[in-house]
Amino acid sequence: MAEAVTEGGDDAINLAREYEESGIGGVLDQLDRELVGLRSVKSRIRDIAALLLVDRVRQRLQLTSEKPSLHMSFTGNPGTGKTTVALRMAEILHRLGYIRENHLVTVTRDDLVGQYIGHTAPKTREVVKKAMGGVLFIDEAYYLYKPENERDYGQEAIEILLQIMENNRDDLVVVLAGYADRMDTFFKSNPGMHSRIGHHLEFPDYDADELMSIARLMLEQQNYHLSESGEQAFSEYIDRRMRLPHFANARSIRNALDRARLRQANRLFSEKPTRISKDDLMTIEAAEIHASRIFTEGKPDQDPV
Amino acid sequence: MRVTQGTFSFLPDLTDEQISKQVKYILDNGWAAAVEFTDDPHPRNTYWEMWGHPMFDLRDPAGVLLEVNACRKAYPQHYIRVNAFDATNGIESLKLSFIVNRPDEEPGFNLHRTEGPGRSIIYTTHSYAAQKPAGSRYG
Repeated sequence: MAEAVTEGGDDAINLAREYEESGIGGVLDQLDRELVGLRSVKSRIRDIAALLLVDRVRQRLQLTSEKPSLHMSFTGNPGTGKTTVALRMAEILHRLGYIRENHLVTVTRDDLVGQYIGHTAPKTREVVKKAMGGVLFIDEAYYLYKPENERDYGQEAIEILLQIMENNRDDLVVVLAGYADRMDTFFKSNPGMHSRIGHHLEFPDYDADELMSIARLMLEQQNYHLSESGEQAFSEYIDRRMRLPHFANARSIRNALDRARLRQANRLFSEKPTRISKDDLMTIEAAEIHASRIFTEGKPDQDPV
Repeated sequence: MRVTQGTFSFLPDLTDEQISKQVKYILDNGWAAAVEFTDDPHPRNTYWEMWGHPMFDLRDPAGVLLEVNACRKAYPQHYIRVNAFDATNGIESLKLSFIVNRPDEEPGFNLHRTEGPGRSIIYTTHSYAAQKPAGSRYG
């Protein structure tokens, strides 16, 4: 009886130590810091991390269980961070020892589907072999299936993927990503694909505050910052931009900031002040934001400048 | 008679796990792995049939094992080997080659002696298996 108690004690210590040793805490913290919002996605990643950690300890105590299947689908509107999270996913799964290599292979339809009969299978297998041991990220996965053309080779690629996802579960994690509505149709017409994916992660749109934090984070990474009036102008910009068509969340923010940087450089150049301080080079003023066509014409900018 | 060609051929046959580790070594060195097969065991038979293309840019041995197993399934009674090709400029040649599959029965070789001028003898080896036409040599 006493023995059983000490054994239980040892296990309890193991889990905490295991967490430390895996270094997964650092990765999850980084995820929290660098990715704004996305609460549901982060909590799902935490769940997966916890499961894999517990699994590892269980394995050490010879409590056998089947390796969980970790194929995932990421659905969400443009610019909601699907690719960014996929990149992190490879690192997280690698730290947890679920995949053997910390590498991610990003492909689209072009890389998987061939142009003539007999071309698709070797092409898909080639890609799969390159991704082995890591994560295969298929962006815009719904393009694989084109119902309007029954002779489309996409179906062949899907079948090979299904087979690999089933037989090589230990060697490869497949992540499918795409816009929510189109992915729904994709899964409806490929029920086999839907059932082999255990984790469906939805990436919600960002709200205005989150977009503002994303903007600050992006600027910080590039050694820029907004002036006080610039910040005000930019939050107004976000409000207006969100209501216009073709709004792509963080991607629109990135583009807007890129354009603001161009205008800032232009302003500095045309002013030709005799002295420029380091701060001048880093500050983006309200004028740069207000110059956007959103304020002048109520239309999104098309060309940078 | 057991055919001994390439690395490890005097050892017992490698298990899949051992093959995996050797392939990992190949990939870690940046070499390209290729799978080849033949049913002619003659030692001078250098160029075997290619099973698909050589595999560049792989990171993990599972991809190579996938091809080895596919080849084994198609040709269970053939010799199958894994080659490692070093594409480095100035080297561009084979660095490692080992057999990963062999037929259950290897009938061995016939040593044929031809009397030459004087008392010289010209030796030739014939594989007993190669007496049958290609494709029907091993069971």
